[in-house]
Amino acid sequence: MPREMMYGEAMAAAIAEEMERDASVIFYGQNMAMTERDPMLKKFGSRRVRIAPISETAEIGIAVGAAITGLRPIVELWMSEFMLVAMDQIVNEAPRLRYMSGGQVQVPLVLKAGFGFSAGWAGQHSNCWYHTMMGIPGLRVAVPSTPADAKGLMAAAIRDNNPVVYLHHYMLTLDTGEVPDGDYVVPFGVADIKRTGRDVTIVATGWMVKKALGAAEQLANEDISAEVIDPRTLAPLDVDTIVKSVEKTGRLVLVDQAPRQSSAAVVIAGEVAEKGFGYLRAPVVMVTALDASVPYSEPLENYLLPNEEKIVQAVRSLVAERVHA
Amino acid sequence: MRTRNARTKKRNTTKEKVAGHRLGNDRLIWMYTQMARIREFEEHVKRTFLEHPGAMRGHTHLADGAEASIVGALATRNPADFVMPTYRCHGQPIVLGTPPRKMFAELYGRKDGVCKGFGGSMHLADPERYFPGTSGIVGQSIAHAAGAALTAQVKETGQIVYCFFGDGASKQGAFFETLNMAALWKLPVVFILENNSYQAYTHVRLEDANAQAGDPLSKKAAAFSIPGVTVKGTDPLAVYAAVQKAAERARVGRGPTLIESRFYRLSAHGNAITVPPVPTQFPEHEAIGVYGNKAEYKEAKEKDPLLLFRAHLLKTAVLTENQLKRIENSARAEMDDAVAFALASPLPEPEEATQYVYA
Repeated sequence: MPREMMYGEAMAAAIAEEMERDASVIFYGQNMAMTERDPMLKKFGSRRVRIAPISETAEIGIAVGAAITGLRPIVELWMSEFMLVAMDQIVNEAPRLRYMSGGQVQVPLVLKAGFGFSAGWAGQHSNCWYHTMMGIPGLRVAVPSTPADAKGLMAAAIRDNNPVVYLHHYMLTLDTGEVPDGDYVVPFGVADIKRTGRDVTIVATGWMVKKALGAAEQLANEDISAEVIDPRTLAPLDVDTIVKSVEKTGRLVLVDQAPRQSSAAVVIAGEVAEKGFGYLRAPVVMVTALDASVPYSEPLENYLLPNEEKIVQAVRSLVAERVHA
Repeated sequence: MRTRNARTKKRNTTKEKVAGHRLGNDRLIWMYTQMARIREFEEHVKRTFLEHPGAMRGHTHLADGAEASIVGALATRNPADFVMPTYRCHGQPIVLGTPPRKMFAELYGRKDGVCKGFGGSMHLADPERYFPGTSGIVGQSIAHAAGAALTAQVKETGQIVYCFFGDGASKQGAFFETLNMAALWKLPVVFILENNSYQAYTHVRLEDANAQAGDPLSKKAAAFSIPGVTVKGTDPLAVYAAVQKAAERARVGRGPTLIESRFYRLSAHGNAITVPPVPTQFPEHEAIGVYGNKAEYKEAKEKDPLLLFRAHLLKTAVLTENQLKRIENSARAEMDDAVAFALASPLPEPEEATQYVYA
């Protein structure tokens, strides 16, 4: 029986279930498991659930060393920006060690971090870093947009034998949705068609999936049928599902919370340009954040970020173009 | 230098007492043999640039001068303990038993290399022998070593970790963060700071506040409330004694120790960085090449750990001149063979390049 769960709750459930099924999974991070009352600490003990100092380089580097010697660490990093102080470990250690050793070791670890916190966190705590991670061979990047995906992708991340950057969107934390019970795993590299449509394909990740679905609802009132695709993992990226959708709709709108040139949208646009150019009946449109740091004040922040209205406008312009032609 | 048995005229059969442990002659001979093998390996690497130009690509870093420190430390090791060196990683696997043939094949980018030609000189790995790999980025592998220690602690395997890194690495954030966490979590790891006087090309006095103040670098341990010891890294028995104590501490769950092992790197930091097709080779040591300090280098050469330990073994009648020569000749022949094997090993197939990206 599926169960109604919050997005944040679903991630936590996956961690607890995976720790139950595999004793080599450990979980640590800053400001967690601070007292004996902590349920995870109670359940799994202080060997496997730990509190760490504010030392991302050591936290992640220790996870790398633990992973190559037989553990499956999950590091709670809270905010994706905190990964930036440990970039060497994430992009130049974890994904390299297996390759450089000629396949002798594997690095099964999960870096769990929230991103895109659009609630007045200003310039340094609100950004999107998946573009930086998705281009690193050896790294996997998961970006769930629903409670079910949050659970299934976390289970897959923990079972994967590679380093996984698991990025959950802060603005989705309290969203509820049905989550299948029991052993539920969402395989990496399989995009999900969140809404089917025939006139335009909208590809979005994280919170932007919700915005895209809202836009699709509005567009339906105007008799425009939008298909909404969530890649769910950016590495590996399911290009086939996107290209197949474009073959059907002939139009592509890419929605991304990151500034244009550090977005996943630019990568997807490139893939579609190469593999699906012949299917396009109009130019690809990218609805991204504007090129600025994220501002503090609400109207400034709203102006900068993609929203339903901007997506609706983009789709309208595309469809109009076709009518015009 | 210990002279406890110096009066013995004939071949000495008593045991050398080090840190409460009696090291039998077989152990002392094993130590010298490993030191000689490391030295010969590195001499062969150095000569490769002249004898087989183009066989090696990129950058290589030698352990000549570090032999006593490496071997003295690893002589305390139990068979399943982890060893985590840096990109200067030729010495440790030789002691662990990695075949030099496979190591040279790796240095030459060949199919038979220990990493099949994917890693090269800076990234040797032999996980079967408890050497899971290295990082080429200074200081970062200190955290990996603590991670291996975390595995041992969580799984209660009884293993400890020997973590080697240079004086330069002890100025990286990874060093400070990791030592704090390792102390906090009482991880079973021995941190061996190899102070070879130079951080790449820069003298340690110019880049380390402790060194500038005339203090030992082991003073850094006080910041983490763990023991910090400075030891003469040119004497394998002194290193053995210090590391043995630290290893015992780690084994009983009391956490890490920082050992500063002082010796002198006898070659330059690495081969000269040149852009192809300009050939590369080992330049003069920085003491002379950068600082014009011939006296410093001359003094270091006189304290060559191989010469010192050789003299000690002769003096204490553990080995005769002929026996020493036999060990040295055998090490030379072993490395001659390793080079010949590597030169004959095929290059990898180009399309293998996309293997091993993901597990």
